[in-house]
Amino acid sequence: MILQVKNLVKSFDGFMAIAGVNFTVKKGELCAIIGPNGAGKTTLFNLITGHLSMDKGQIVFNDIDISRLNAHKVCRLGLGRSFQRINIFSRLTVFENIQAAVLTHRGKSFNFFTPVQPLFQEETHEILERVGLQEHQDEVSGSLAYGFQKQLELGIALAMEPKMLLLDEPTAGMSAQETRATIELIGEIVKEKGLTLLFTEHDMSVVFSISERIMVLHQGKLIASGPPDEVRANPEVQKVYMGESR
Amino acid sequence: MSRQNWVLIAVLVLLALVPLTGSRYYVFLLTDVLIFGLFAVSLNLLLGYTGLVSFGQAAYFGIGAYAYALLIKKAGLTFGVAFALTGLSGAAAALIIGFFCVRLTKIYFAMLTLAFSQIVWAIIFKWNSLTGGDTGIYGIDFPEFIGSKTKFYYFTLIVVVVSVFLLRRIVNSPFGRILTTIRDNPERTESIGINVKLFQLLAFIVSGFFSAISGGLFAIFNHSIFPDFCYWPISAEVLIMTLLGGMYSFFGPMVGAGVLLYLRLEVTSYTQYWPFILGSILVLLLFFFPGGIVGFFQDQIKKWRPSK
Amino acid sequence: MNFDFSFVAIQFLYGLTNAMFIFLIASGLSIIFGVLGVLNFAHGSLYMLGAYTTYQCVSFFVDSPGYFWWAVIVASVTVALLGGIIERLLLRRLYQHEQINQLLFTYALVLILSDVARFIWGVDQLSVSRPAVLKGAVEIFGQYFPKYNIFIIFLGPSIAFLFWFFMLRTRSGRMIRAAALDRETLGSLGVNVDRLFTVVFVIGSWLAALGGALVSPVVTIRPGMDVEIIINAFIVVVIGGLGSFWGTFLAALMVGTVYSMGILVFPRLSMIFIYVIMVLVLIIRPWGLLGRPLQR
Repeated sequence: MILQVKNLVKSFDGFMAIAGVNFTVKKGELCAIIGPNGAGKTTLFNLITGHLSMDKGQIVFNDIDISRLNAHKVCRLGLGRSFQRINIFSRLTVFENIQAAVLTHRGKSFNFFTPVQPLFQEETHEILERVGLQEHQDEVSGSLAYGFQKQLELGIALAMEPKMLLLDEPTAGMSAQETRATIELIGEIVKEKGLTLLFTEHDMSVVFSISERIMVLHQGKLIASGPPDEVRANPEVQKVYMGESR
Repeated sequence: MSRQNWVLIAVLVLLALVPLTGSRYYVFLLTDVLIFGLFAVSLNLLLGYTGLVSFGQAAYFGIGAYAYALLIKKAGLTFGVAFALTGLSGAAAALIIGFFCVRLTKIYFAMLTLAFSQIVWAIIFKWNSLTGGDTGIYGIDFPEFIGSKTKFYYFTLIVVVVSVFLLRRIVNSPFGRILTTIRDNPERTESIGINVKLFQLLAFIVSGFFSAISGGLFAIFNHSIFPDFCYWPISAEVLIMTLLGGMYSFFGPMVGAGVLLYLRLEVTSYTQYWPFILGSILVLLLFFFPGGIVGFFQDQIKKWRPSK
Repeated sequence: MNFDFSFVAIQFLYGLTNAMFIFLIASGLSIIFGVLGVLNFAHGSLYMLGAYTTYQCVSFFVDSPGYFWWAVIVASVTVALLGGIIERLLLRRLYQHEQINQLLFTYALVLILSDVARFIWGVDQLSVSRPAVLKGAVEIFGQYFPKYNIFIIFLGPSIAFLFWFFMLRTRSGRMIRAAALDRETLGSLGVNVDRLFTVVFVIGSWLAALGGALVSPVVTIRPGMDVEIIINAFIVVVIGGLGSFWGTFLAALMVGTVYSMGILVFPRLSMIFIYVIMVLVLIIRPWGLLGRPLQR
């Protein structure tokens, strides 16, 4: 069991965003969390990674209680994260983006006087190659095409050599083609490095194509959890989803 | 060695040769420029590199000036000890004030730095028995081994060059790289495992240290000090220098200090309406050259050499 | 130190007068920040221009009856229009820039306007005499207190109340409040945000200029009054809560009275005391006593 979430509760100004969520993720599992807009998916992620503090509950990652830890500490334990909105260092080059993540992962961020440029060239290039950005390494990341920026985000998360990846809508805003390429890339990387994956996604074909298990979040509660076929057949899920799409 | 370093060495040699021209005007102006250039570069560690708008940087400049003057005149310390403590006084003040400031973001951060600097100013202004209040402290002589304006120029040159060298090492270090990621995206930086507040505080302390060094130098240069050194218009002025030169280049603030101080010296000999001119320059800058002087030239160079 | 009750009471009333002036200025600053998100350093300059223009109008109109009041109206409206022009032609173009650029632009205005005033009116201290109706003083607790100050003490809350009524009960007022809360959705609701911003800036400028016009009989008009007031207005807005109307009122009362009473008790520390309050508020409740947290 790599991640356990117990009785998680979070409310904003009296609004219950997360109303008692329980689930676990096994090591190496590929899990999706789906749900209509406003179901609380991003809030759930923010709670797990420590970007928000919970009202009640407990989160255990890799046998360590991370319920009260700050975001930067959670991340160091090996829980990598990408964001729904583009979240890169837009004035830095692609190379510098990845290198910054490698630096902190290798514990070199407190070095005040060594020139930074030559550090971890090899490691950084390896990641750039892995996410297919080696040709763009000297470009300023803020001026990259959207799809590349998303790849870069993934690269930053990978640079931390996480045990588990939390990806919030990794294909948001992408064309169908970009989406397919990105999902393939994520699938490959996850298998190759033996990562555990928890992601949210709005595109159902993506969800059903790569996840081993799907959890459905609705109004802050999990209403279903299971293999794709089982969830697809679940009447309650159908009601929530069909109701929304119409 | 890179081309930039060759240019720097050339500039340094030129600066070292200036007193040989015998021009007291240039020695005076360049001493001033070097001191405020260091002040602006140290502010820019926060502004351009960490993305923190400090609107109270005058506090550390003033603390440096007063620390030096009081240590020399009241505590009777020797020059070396006093000057070393000057920087530390700024760092210590920045540690205490920064501890509170880095908890806030953006406009609130700017206002808290401003509020603290006003407290520093008010304390210095009101604490007559220690600081001389409104009248300030007079008669701060050159230390014995300096003795002349030219020698002080060389002393300033050495201190500023060493300080700027250290600051440049810092911004090009892993620590400096992390500061730029904080500037671009503090939330994301947290998610690569960085304690953002701690890094911001460290940057604040380093900046306070070098701001105080420049304040100490200015106390010696000016021979007298006043509470106005910590008043907010000084904070605004050093911000303008930084923006004028260009906050996204390391030496930009130095250039900004040079241009602004030169203009002020020239303009004030013709007219008393320097604030009007300064305000107009600032408006032109904001509307037409948002990248500052250095940013503007960098863009031009990029245009002419599209291959790189 | 021996002070009797009446002396303290009078001192308190002076503090109250002061508080009302600060309130006028700070409420304009607060509404501009609340809606436009711009911290306007030049607000004190508009106040100063209000005072100078009043002086000018008074010397134009001095022979007509009720000249002071005409001067106040003409001066405050003129300066408000100047504010509108500045917003339309210049400030508007900086909304997309970083906040520091807007801040420095308004600081550039401080520099420019102070020199413009110096160029037109010189560096001498100018004064305006109180309007005939309000000359003289009344006796309170055996001490004399100027009638004009009493007028101001009543005028402050009246303007506050009118303003509050406007914000709460009129369509424009509701739009302004909505804009302060959420700028993006307002545009999508079909509100002309551009015009709204100009209107808000004009109202804010008018409040500053009105403060300057009304203060002209009780202070000397001189260079430097712009910078003095802006710091006080900032403090009030920060303590009360940026964009919070009643917060501004409360904080203005606090600051005005702490200044005047503090001078009695700790003459040296009253100024420091105010700054300390500001710092404490920023540390504990950065959004101010009555403000609400903003995502800025």
